[in-house]
Amino acid sequence: MKKISLLFALALGVIGGSSFINTDDGGLGKTMPSVMLENLEGDQINSADLENGGNPIIVSFWATWCKPCRLELNTIMDDFEELQDSTGVKLVAVSIDDERNKSKVKPVVEAESWDYEIWLDSNSDLKRAMGVNYPPQTFVLNGEGKIVYSHVGFVPGDEEDLFDIVKELHEKQTQAVE
Amino acid sequence: MKKIILGFFGFASFCSFAQLGQGGNVTGNIESNVQYLNTDTLIGATAPDQRVVANSYMNINYTVGKFRAGARFESYSPSIAGYPGFYSGNGLPYKYFQYAGDKITVTLGNFYEQFGSGLIFRSYEERALGLDNAMEGASIRFSPIRGVDLKGFIGRQRVNFVDGQRLNSDGLVRGVDGSLNLNQIIPAFSDSKFKISIAGSLVSRYQATSNDTLIVPKNVGSYGGRIDMKYSRFYLNAEYIHKDNDPNEQNNWIYNSGHGAIVNMGYSQKGLGIILTAKSLDNMTFRSDRTVIGNQAFINYLPATSNNHTYNLAGTLYPYATNLNGEVAYQLDVLYKIPKKSKLGGKYGTYLHLNVSLATDFKRDTEGADWQKNRISYLAQPFAMTDSIFNFDFNFHIKHKFNKKWKASAHYYHFIYNNDVNEVTKLAKHYITSDIAVVDVSYKISRKHSIRAEFQALVTKKDRGNWATAVIEYTISPKWFFTVMDQYNYGHPNEDLRIHYLLGAFGYTHNNSRFMFMYGKQREGILCVGGVCRPVPATNGLTFTFTQAF
Repeated sequence: MKKISLLFALALGVIGGSSFINTDDGGLGKTMPSVMLENLEGDQINSADLENGGNPIIVSFWATWCKPCRLELNTIMDDFEELQDSTGVKLVAVSIDDERNKSKVKPVVEAESWDYEIWLDSNSDLKRAMGVNYPPQTFVLNGEGKIVYSHVGFVPGDEEDLFDIVKELHEKQTQAVE
Repeated sequence: MKKIILGFFGFASFCSFAQLGQGGNVTGNIESNVQYLNTDTLIGATAPDQRVVANSYMNINYTVGKFRAGARFESYSPSIAGYPGFYSGNGLPYKYFQYAGDKITVTLGNFYEQFGSGLIFRSYEERALGLDNAMEGASIRFSPIRGVDLKGFIGRQRVNFVDGQRLNSDGLVRGVDGSLNLNQIIPAFSDSKFKISIAGSLVSRYQATSNDTLIVPKNVGSYGGRIDMKYSRFYLNAEYIHKDNDPNEQNNWIYNSGHGAIVNMGYSQKGLGIILTAKSLDNMTFRSDRTVIGNQAFINYLPATSNNHTYNLAGTLYPYATNLNGEVAYQLDVLYKIPKKSKLGGKYGTYLHLNVSLATDFKRDTEGADWQKNRISYLAQPFAMTDSIFNFDFNFHIKHKFNKKWKASAHYYHFIYNNDVNEVTKLAKHYITSDIAVVDVSYKISRKHSIRAEFQALVTKKDRGNWATAVIEYTISPKWFFTVMDQYNYGHPNEDLRIHYLLGAFGYTHNNSRFMFMYGKQREGILCVGGVCRPVPATNGLTFTFTQAF
């Protein structure tokens, strides 16, 4: 029994290890997994249906009690209007707040005046499916819905890299169209 | 044994199939926490004989089209300081296969699931606390049309992990849940300003008799409903769950039925949010094994009704957790942003948050109870409070960004904590009253360099007296952070124990990889996540943490 478990672990290790090597670029080329969630209006949505008419999308995992998460979303908000005008980007903020804090998500979003799309992942289904350990973790999807960038944690200044990536994606997109 | 072989071949063939086809997605993560511990008698830290302890985890999900499979490897060799000591060895306690079609999702193996607010059923993982009650069995989710969501499951719960083997609950848990979003179902209603959805659930546990002196029910049912309404800027959601009589170790083998109710009412508009939460719980612990106490084997989830405090002194000395026997609690939140470009708001606006919560014991009426014949020890009405306070928490926060470089926040907390009901310290009795103030200032030096300083003070006449904490954090985007923290127990009644707890840490992040080294003394405290708390012992030593997402 132990041997077989070990074998199983080994197999997993090899698969995991090889995928780790292949995806050192941050998981390039993956798409959004299909998980059923709710948005702030209480409507059911499927995460795999996420799209933005060929424009880039930022997906950011956060929680009301997570200070760096709120710092990140606030910092992005300061320049979001400008970024949205120039690139057409959309930001989905996925709250992993559980039942204790879920009812606070809407008031927090409104009080912070965030213009983001909010998803509620109250039992962490999407968090698990996307391999997120702890928030904040931020992903960028290109116009085709492929994940092209992902970053764990937030410190001031990280938003500049994020903006650069979104702008770069937008430029590529416009060049491709031309 | 057979299961494992089957699982192995299933997974192996699945992977090879995946590789033959158009690849597929691999997602997952790794986390490793390694500690080198010293003994420090002054702060009460005891190093284990091994000196080096480690917890490691690896999650893998493999998705091809509509199929997904995954597993988690766990290793405790032995488990880190303060972690539930019964977790030991290496193994694969979590593995699943899933088909996720457009309308139907079927999962076999281990899974996490939640009905409504979790008051009736929630299986989840909270790794920091060592909590994991993943189910082992089958689950199905069916959505025949938009707005209709039906769920069902059957299985046993993880209650332990010993020598690398997952141990499941003695009791078998089954449940169904159905929810209807009327705005999505009824076309004429779809554009209405009034939004409503209703739902109902039923969960039951089967466990063979395990008590020699009492006749206990083998099947215990729990059922209830919930409603969610929104009109314009107002919203109200409520859930009520009834639990049939369930004599168990926690409730002292009484035959009372139990109830749980949560109501959230709110108003929100841009720049303003108000929420009032009310909660009533009586005899509502529902476990997959009636003989278990502590934090394990919970079928349902009893959320704490208070704010989750993140500053160290506010969050870890006198934190409040839901009373498992029952309580009545209320909470009010008011969030307001003084608008941008106003006199008080400045260029970026000023954020204000007020939070007040109160939890008390609930009223027990023993007059009408039927103890002699049926072992019903009292009767309880929902939301009937008493003047026995479990916890009172008032806190106020103000946050302001002055310009592109300077940002600051100030916080005040006033706690009244009942140490008799939920003991966090042996040094005090009855109520512990404390006041905490925090100032947090950050300065952005350049595009990549920032510095942040945090000052905290806690004042109390009881327990270990007054505390002061200072934190300095320097970050270089996007890779580095450096932190030094000093916690000073300057008001300890025993002068010899007026100790500095000095802790230094640095970390490095590269996209999805993160390393962190931490060295120094950590005081004993309470770690709480989502209203469930675990005592963390004092430690002195080196901690290394590595996380990787892929």
